[in-house]
Formats: sequence, C-alpha cells, structure tokens
Amino acid sequence: MSVQNLTYLFVGITFALYITIAIRSRAGSTSEFYIAGKGVHPIANGMATAADWMSAASFISMAGIISFMGRDGSVYLMGWTGGYVLLALLLAPYLRKFGQFTVPDFIGTRYYSSFARLVAVICLIVVSFTYVSGQMRGVGIVFSRFLEVDINTGVMIGMGIVFFYAVLGGMKGITYTQVAQYCVLIFAYLVPAVFISILITGNPIPQFGFGDQVIDDPQYLLSKLDGIMTQLGFEPYTSGIKSTIDVFCITAALMLGTAGLPHVIVRFFTVPDVAAARKSAGYALIFIAILYTTAPAVASFARLNLFESTHNVSYENAPKWFKNWEDIGLIAWKDKNNDGKIQHANGNAFEPVKPKFNEKTGVYGERLIANAASTDNNNEVYIDRDIIVLANPEIAQLPPWVIALVAAGALAAALSTAAGLLLVISTAVSHDLLKKTFAKNITEKKELLFARLSILVAVIIAGLFGIYPPAFVAQVVAFAFGLAAATLFPAICMGIFSKRINKQGAITGMLVGLIFTLSYIVYFKFLFPEMNSSEYWFLGISPEGIGFIGMLLNLFISFLISLATPPPPDNVIRIIDEIRQP
Amino acid sequence: MDKFAENRRQYWSSNLKLVFSLLLIWFSVSFGCGVLFVDYLDQYTFFGFKLGFWFAQQGSIYTFVILIFIYINRMKKLDEKFKSMINKDD
Repeated sequence: MSVQNLTYLFVGITFALYITIAIRSRAGSTSEFYIAGKGVHPIANGMATAADWMSAASFISMAGIISFMGRDGSVYLMGWTGGYVLLALLLAPYLRKFGQFTVPDFIGTRYYSSFARLVAVICLIVVSFTYVSGQMRGVGIVFSRFLEVDINTGVMIGMGIVFFYAVLGGMKGITYTQVAQYCVLIFAYLVPAVFISILITGNPIPQFGFGDQVIDDPQYLLSKLDGIMTQLGFEPYTSGIKSTIDVFCITAALMLGTAGLPHVIVRFFTVPDVAAARKSAGYALIFIAILYTTAPAVASFARLNLFESTHNVSYENAPKWFKNWEDIGLIAWKDKNNDGKIQHANGNAFEPVKPKFNEKTGVYGERLIANAASTDNNNEVYIDRDIIVLANPEIAQLPPWVIALVAAGALAAALSTAAGLLLVISTAVSHDLLKKTFAKNITEKKELLFARLSILVAVIIAGLFGIYPPAFVAQVVAFAFGLAAATLFPAICMGIFSKRINKQGAITGMLVGLIFTLSYIVYFKFLFPEMNSSEYWFLGISPEGIGFIGMLLNLFISFLISLATPPPPDNVIRIIDEIRQP
Repeated sequence: MDKFAENRRQYWSSNLKLVFSLLLIWFSVSFGCGVLFVDYLDQYTFFGFKLGFWFAQQGSIYTFVILIFIYINRMKKLDEKFKSMINKDD
C-alpha cells in the first residue's frame, strides 16, 4: 500500500476511535462537562495531561528546533518539563483541595473580587488563544503533506472532529479521548526514533544512542556532528550561541508558564482527592519525559542525517523527500555557485528568509524563488524547522507504515491540545463570565448549553488561526508561556503561600505582568521586528524570556501594593488555612 | 483546639521545608548544571556526552521525575502522620 493510502487508513482508524470514545462518555451535568465529575484515575489523568500538554509544538516542532539550535534548544526541554515540579509542589494539590471548576474560580474566591476573576479570565483567554493558534497550523501541515488535501480543508476537518467530541463529551469525553491520543502519539514518536537510533548507532534506546558511537565509525555521534558543523562554518552542535542570561530567562519563563497554563491546571480538578492530584502530576511528567528525552536524540540524528543525505549531493540525485517538501514550499534551494549540487552552510540562504516561489522551474527541475541570494554565506537551502520530525522517517528511509504512523501521531498531538484549550476557553465564558459574573441565576442546563455554544465560537476562531497561520508553531506557543508566567502563576502561587496578598495587590500585579509582557513581545515581534536582536533587548533578554521579568515585576508590585492596603478579610484567611490542610 | 492548631502549624512547616529542599535540588540541577555551569561541566564526559550538555538535554528531566515522586511519598507519610491529629475538629 502506498504511503498516502496507509496514512488515510491510520488517520481514519484513530479518528473513528476518538469519536467512539466521545460517544461512550457523553457528559450530562456541568460537573462532568467541566471536570469529568472528579472521577478520573491518576494514571489516566497523567496520560490525559500529557496529551493535553504535548501539542503540535512538542510533537512536530520541538525536535526540529533543537536540531537547528543544538544545545540552546535545551531551554524547551528543561522549560517544558521543569514546570511540572512547580505544578506538583506548589499548585496542583492546593487547587484540588480548593475544589472548584476553574482557575478564575480560585482567583475570584481567594481575592474576594469579581474583578480579579475577570482579569484572570482575560489572561486565560489571551494565553489559550495564543496557544491554540499554534495547534491549527500543525494540523494544516500534516493534512497538506500527507493527505494531500488543501490546508484549509485540513484545518476544517480537524476542527470538525474536535468540535464533535468536545461538545458532546466536555471534559469527560476529552479526558478519555486524550488517553487514547497519548497512546497514539507516543507510539508514533518512539517507533521512528528507535528505528533511526538503531540505523545510526546500533543502540535501540535513542536516549543512550545519541551518546554512542556511529556505526562503522569510531567517532561518537555528537562529536562527529560537531565536526561536520564546524567544517561548514556553524557553531558546534553541543555549544550554544545564546547568552547565559537569555537561556536562563527563557527556561524560567517556560517553566513558570507551564505551571500557570489553565488547560493543564484544570486537569488536576478532575481527580478524586489531593493525593491523587499529586500522583497524577508525577505520572504526567513520566509520560511527558518519555517524549522529551527522546526528542533531543531525534534532533541530533536528524541533523546528521540531513547533512549526510543532502550536502554536496546534486539536486537531480537528491532524495525524494527533499522534492516532496519542496513541492509544498517548506524546503527551497537556490544554486548559488551553479554547480548543480546542494550545499549547506551557516547563515540564511536568501533574503527574506522565507522563500517566495515564482511558479517557474530551473534547469535541474527545482522550484525557482524570487528571493535574492544572500551574498555573505554559501548556504543554498531553506528548511522549515517544522518538517524535521515529519520528514525524519523519510530521510532515514523507514518503511511507509512508519511515515503514516507519524502523521496520525502528529494529528493526535495537535487535536488533543486544541480540545483541552477550547474547553478551558468555553468554561471561562460559560462558567466564569456568565454563571459567576453576568448572569448569576441561569440554570445548570442553560449553563451547559452556553458552554457548548462557546466551544463552537472558540472552534471557529481557532480555525481562522489555522487558515491564516502566524510564524513557527513553537515560537507562537512560547509567547503563551511568557504570558501565563507573568500573570496566572504568581497570582495562584501567592494566593496559596501568602496570607497577606490582597485583591488590590493581586489585580495590579496581574495587569502589570500582562501589559508589560504583552507590550514587550508585540514591540519586538510585530512593531519593530528589525530591532529584535540582543543589542536592543532589555538586559539582553529576548521576547521569549521576558515573561520571567514580567513575573518578577508582578510579584514585586503585588507585595508592595498589598502591604500598603488592608489585609484580606477573615473568611479568606480561613479558606487559605483550609486548602493548606491535608 | 489549641493542640490542633499547633499540629496544623507543624504540618504546614514540614511541608514547606520539604518543598523548599526539593526546589533547591530542582534549581541546582536545571538552572545550575544545565544553564549557569554548563560550560564548566562540559569539560567532563559522561557516556559519550559532554556532562553539561547531558544535564541540559537529559539529566535535568530525569531529576524532575524523581523529585516529584519523592514529594508524593514524603507527603503521603506526612498526611498519614497528621491526618488524625488535624481533622478531628472539622
């Protein structure tokens, strides 16, 4: 069977599975719809959290980004796992003990103010929509490359599936679908990784393989890669070019942001008790770590493979995957030195970086581009980082069913995260905005109807993001973390560990964190992208890492203002005492 | 009643102590070995990896998992020890 038919088969089977699960776990009450009736087993919740958490960015983009960043890519590895330690130790058990439906619920009650709740809802919606936009692009890429449907049609099919099971099953449906999606995505990630590890190093465990010697070569894989890269004018793979302060801040922002992401936190409301909340954070991290320790191995294998299969190879003899990805515009080649061969080197091959194809083909059959060749380097190739994981099985010449499996896995990763995000957005609207703020006396049935309606609206907005996609998946997602780190994390954490923080402090803190972080990102990423380099950054901290500074600002201002205003009332102090007990 | 309040305080302070020491390890492995001292550690090799690089891309993640499970177990014991001494007045 051809790759395409196999992909249709695998994707079809997995979609049928998700829909079956959704139909079997329909939600009847708001408690089931919002938090799965608090009946989820810690291991199931761990898997669901892992799938919820590991998005298209983790599955599709992360290894690709590490592949191109080398050691600097560690910020994503440590940042996106280290946050779980904070979540397990500082937030999850207490929030579960508090035992309501949503994150704004906690903030509204702890800071005894509907305005605080409203600010939390705004932060939540900004964070979640930033995040969901990354998922939709992932869905689009997979559909256009593997199923050869139009990207827009692909996004609509994906949205239709998510809409179906999110509306029907709410949190309950999403949870059990996510368990299935975790199994699909982790299997799809590990199979090619193990294959490639065996091919390159003979070691079946990728985590050890990338520290091993290369087959038929006494060199260690990483030092071989360092050698090739130095020869081509790159920095060695195992050393970084980012400044230490920037690496520090990005890692911190990602960690704190992870702990503050509403769609992850809300997963800990779904388990029966506090001990189960702690346990499921532990299981979640194990399930996540399986992928996150494999990713850096995949990254280094892919980089080596890429050089070995294409560098100094004539375009006519280039492997088939090279042309396949060129066809959909994610690879481009400009023969700068007119030797008909593909050459890699340090630097952007042309200006602007992203290729603009002019619908003509060159002497070797390559797609011609309108971009001017960069003259300061010999690099001839543009490769979109998002394709590394998807193209890896083809690059390593693995059998067609592996390629089809990866496509199904990538879709599982994107859909599971999108569903989780859409659910928290809709919960924020129907529960926090309507039931708790603007329409306090609606019935549970009506609230449920509004929850389902707001998922519909959220799905449509998310779909638009998929059709008009912004930048690289992981990059966009990285901003969501900065925002969560600067707003929700400190508000929740201080709400538990300090009895002195009051509503004035918390509200100002969240607003300052949000406005500061958002303006810094918008300033450098959208208003003045030409100034987005370390010489203009505040203390040399990139927009990706600025959430950490936003968090410090938030903390500082919250304490300052709280100390200057009256302490929280007694009933709030009693709530804090209550959540601190076992 | 006073005794319960005292027990609660003890429970909370043992909890804080545990959390603080685990976060200290969390910080030194990730931000210490993986970021601040990564170049220094890179002079040593560890199963074919430069040590700092290994911490940044592998070791820190394994440590995170271990830390959470230590926390789960310690808190389980702490809960058992204090449960009867705290909840009677509720």
